Amino acid sequence: MSEAVAVHGNVEPAETPLTPVSWGKLGMWLFLAGDAMSFGGLIVGYGILRHASKTWPVPAAVLGINLTALMTFLLIVSSVTMVLALAALQDGDRAKFNKFMGGTILGGAIFLGLQAYEWTHLIGHTLPHYNLSFTKDLFATTFFVLTGFHGMHVTGGVIYNSCVLAAVNRGRYQAKHVEIAGLYWHFVDLVWILIFTFVYLL
Amino acid sequence: MASTAHSHHNYIKIFIILSVLTVIEIGVTFLGLPKMLIAVLLITLAVWKAALVAMHFMHLKMEKTTLSIVAIIPFILCVFLILMLLPDIYPH
Repeated sequence: MSEAVAVHGNVEPAETPLTPVSWGKLGMWLFLAGDAMSFGGLIVGYGILRHASKTWPVPAAVLGINLTALMTFLLIVSSVTMVLALAALQDGDRAKFNKFMGGTILGGAIFLGLQAYEWTHLIGHTLPHYNLSFTKDLFATTFFVLTGFHGMHVTGGVIYNSCVLAAVNRGRYQAKHVEIAGLYWHFVDLVWILIFTFVYLL
Repeated sequence: MASTAHSHHNYIKIFIILSVLTVIEIGVTFLGLPKMLIAVLLITLAVWKAALVAMHFMHLKMEKTTLSIVAIIPFILCVFLILMLLPDIYPH
């Protein structure tokens, strides 16, 4: 009797063409889809507020794009080191994985440092110079909300990637876990590509 | 092993394309083109770059359709969001 229950309890759900290969990856993708809607709502809101405003400074003139272009490049590089780290671990090369994963974490940390510098400079010098304030002007408010929300994601990514690096070296995580962390990190890069265009360049 | 080496090669190729597209994006803003054309060009380039990251770095190209369906839903909903807000942006 109990044997029959056990047998039936172990029946796998029927496979359909849509059954994912990895449930972990599907889980991360579902989270990212929700997260993308948060960013989407913020970016669309930003666009509408900007469109409805009578005055809006030229973003590139106030914010400058040299430093941000460097930050964009930095995130793209750290995305590449992330895929190379995953590829190295899939090949079983732990030393190479550590090198690339370390590079990915370092890239994220430098990005955060540059963003802190950018914010400090904006709040202390640039915004007062243009007579703008993030408590009064939608231009500054939307800027800090969007880049701040993204910056928190980078912070989370740096912590997440550091934990993954430690867990792989303790033998608790394998390549499949790194791939899931990679999905999050590439998403953060992808969102920055859009923010760079909508907030800085347009 | 050969296939792994090949995919490494692809990653570097995608990296170079992303870098070139970023340089083009910055270049576009200095050309003094009409505002509308700049906007169309920049958004096209940004979506192109985002698609490259999703397809190659996030491996969507090699996954089952399930994940692509999950990935495309937020974009469809964001387009709906813009369409639904259009009456507010252009009131009669």
